[in-house]
Amino acid sequence: MSNIKKFMYVNRKAPYGTIYAWESLEVVLIGAAFEQDVSVAFVDDGVYQLLKNQDTTEVGIKNFSPTYSALGDYDVTKLYVEKESLDARGLSLEDLMPLTYEDEDDDWAEKDSIKVVSSAELAEILEQQEVVLSF
Amino acid sequence: MSTLHTVNKSPFDRGSLQTCLRVASKGNAVLLIEDGVYGAMKGSNVAELVQGSLSNTSIYVLGPDMKARGVDESKLIDGIKIVDYKGFVDLTVENDKVNAWV
Repeated sequence: MSNIKKFMYVNRKAPYGTIYAWESLEVVLIGAAFEQDVSVAFVDDGVYQLLKNQDTTEVGIKNFSPTYSALGDYDVTKLYVEKESLDARGLSLEDLMPLTYEDEDDDWAEKDSIKVVSSAELAEILEQQEVVLSF
Repeated sequence: MSTLHTVNKSPFDRGSLQTCLRVASKGNAVLLIEDGVYGAMKGSNVAELVQGSLSNTSIYVLGPDMKARGVDESKLIDGIKIVDYKGFVDLTVENDKVNAWV
């Protein structure tokens, strides 16, 4: 019997103003270590977590944005970004870090982890989940 | 009395930037810090409001907080000025009081 469940982590906070984004990332990595079927959604200010070129040297806070690049190695390959949230903030996919994974079922081809989805598509994805954790 | 307003919350998470700009007097200075820096970006749902306020108020954004969040200078609304920590101190000294919209 398989104990694998569909886990969804929903990120709705900007990265450095509160600790939520960092805590979420840690929990995502823990979930992945238990070999669960993990998806991550970025909505509202959560989309800011994925902005390119974050550089925290002058604010004295750890820059945890490079950690998102490691998600692919933990088989966390389904990152959904809500289009409506990007639009409201004047952002597009090009403003986000390019995050990829190697698909073992496709001769280790490099593929994009980030998918920009509409609210309606995200609703469907959320409906399929067995566990939803919101940050 | 000259006032420096500081806003440290994202305008999409709270309404503090919107309220600040609504009640700030002509000639006041507004400094966007921490998650407030997202309010300085072009093309967003609040960009028009911020742009419109520039005719009345000077709007500044704290450079180190922009850099931390990956907000590039090229993404800023025209007319918003970048300051460093020293500039933050100067604004505090130049104005009679500080209104921190926490």
